[in-house]
Amino acid sequence: MGKTFQKPEALADTITHYCPGCTHGVAHRLVAEVIDELGIRDRTVGVAPVGCAVLMYNYFTFDFQEAAHGRAPAMATGIKRVRPDLMVFTYQGDGDLASIGLSEIVHSANRGEKFTTIFINNAVYGMTGGQMAPTTMPEQRTTTSPFGRKTATEGMPMKVSELLASLQTPAYITRQALTRPKYINRAKKAIKKAFTYQMENRCFSLVELISTCPTNWGMTPIDALKWAEEKMMPYYELGDYKTPEEN
Amino acid sequence: MSKVLMKGNEAIGEAAIRAGCLNYFAYPITPQTEVAEYLSKRMVEVDGVFLQGESEVAVSYMIFGASACGERVFTTSSSPGVSLMSEGISYITAAECPTVFVNIMRGGPGLGGILPSQADYFQATKGGGHGDYKLLVMAPASVQEAVEMVMQAFALADKYRNPVMILGDGLIGQMMEPVEFPDHLKVQPTNKDDWATNGMSTRKSKTRNLVKTLYLDPVELNAHNLKLKAKYEQMAREEIRYEAYNFDGAYRLLIVSYGTMSRVCRTAVDMLREEGLEIAMLRPKHLFPFPCGPIRDAAAKDSCRAVLSVEMSMGQMVEDVERSVAGTSPVHWYGKCGGDVPTPEEVIEAVKKLVD
Repeated sequence: MGKTFQKPEALADTITHYCPGCTHGVAHRLVAEVIDELGIRDRTVGVAPVGCAVLMYNYFTFDFQEAAHGRAPAMATGIKRVRPDLMVFTYQGDGDLASIGLSEIVHSANRGEKFTTIFINNAVYGMTGGQMAPTTMPEQRTTTSPFGRKTATEGMPMKVSELLASLQTPAYITRQALTRPKYINRAKKAIKKAFTYQMENRCFSLVELISTCPTNWGMTPIDALKWAEEKMMPYYELGDYKTPEEN
Repeated sequence: MSKVLMKGNEAIGEAAIRAGCLNYFAYPITPQTEVAEYLSKRMVEVDGVFLQGESEVAVSYMIFGASACGERVFTTSSSPGVSLMSEGISYITAAECPTVFVNIMRGGPGLGGILPSQADYFQATKGGGHGDYKLLVMAPASVQEAVEMVMQAFALADKYRNPVMILGDGLIGQMMEPVEFPDHLKVQPTNKDDWATNGMSTRKSKTRNLVKTLYLDPVELNAHNLKLKAKYEQMAREEIRYEAYNFDGAYRLLIVSYGTMSRVCRTAVDMLREEGLEIAMLRPKHLFPFPCGPIRDAAAKDSCRAVLSVEMSMGQMVEDVERSVAGTSPVHWYGKCGGDVPTPEEVIEAVKKLVD
């Protein structure tokens, strides 16, 4: 009988630093499985963000660059422009991508850069210890919104997928979730589709993943999954926001 | 090859191509925008990469990403733009990626002005971004020298795995002079497979490469900084370049000046000589590493009463001149930095105040 389950070759055989219940591990595995299935490990370059995933290169077995806060899409642009044959992806959290790096992601998407972005939305800055992000929900308490996010002064949570989908350049923009197996399977299909568009040199692609941060949310992993589904997902609706076929 | 008449900014763009660099990312800013305009056409002809980024911040990381895959790459900007790039320059230096930056300086601080200046000396030679790092800084005094320095910069960047900065003032970018592009300065290919993230299949390797700047372990970070420091010390041993002008006579004062300003000083030295007053000039061609020893030795000549740093800034290089002379001779500063370059007559007046 053959093996029915094994660690992807793209994933390193090591323990991660992520907190118990964090969904980064799931997202990492999905990316690794897709890279294995597409057979692109030896021509892939990942770009790590600043944030909880800054050390993600320790968990993968292919080339990696480590960016500064929010600048991963600019680095990916540099790689892809001089080496279009390489498969390039950025992996960024919501503080990194939606706040300090908003300009870089918007312009990369608008130029139609042929790389893929995995966007982890857990409504909080993780690495720095649970501060308010542009994606933090109304009334959500964080260490810098101790009385809850006030939309009158902090605005509404930023919907990155919708924002990027409003650009007129062809792209694949989708929002998926990592809260239960059904969604995780769909998320993997979306990631594979995103990488496939890149392989075909079709378009920029971004997969937003609704994720959890039990530690900074002050919840158990199970409660965090529930909170993501009950509080985040009605606002951050799942689905494809843009496909290159539309254009 | 015969000489052609070219504007400095265009010659700088052409020099990079002739050296073998076919990747350029930039953002428009006066007075260097002609480099981008020129290369937006030229890169198409040579099948190279031209991209106008959304900001200088983004451009510095496009440069980072491209160089981290082992490709030759460069950018050009001017003072406020280089301030924005300084974040990226700190990372690129930390990650030891060979890159070339050109700063065609304009007046500052803030928006300052768009006329020539040398007020980014500190920014270029002392850091500018955060952390302990140094750039190898080259300071051309003519369009021809700018061409040669741009062409040499790629090999130096490879040699040290460190960014090289060409620090020219606005005049270097804006004036037209006859230039030629020496074939022998075409840069040789360098194998970067031992560190570049160029894809494992490219280098037929089973082990991956990682380009990073984060060292959470204090012992590792200290070791990394010591490694960088050793490179800067090697630069100080091997890359000091300067020109000595009118050193033979019994000169009474030593001028230290670089870039366009040094050309004015050269005229002043010639005019004073006709009057019977011998003045020497030392022109640093590289600002980092700085020619401390040669300046100290030149200032120590018996006939030399004082040293005068002449620069289009409010007195920046003068601090390195003071450091070089180390109290053995009086050091003075003369300069302007509104954008109007001091005239030979103004330099002569400043000199005479010190020697009469």
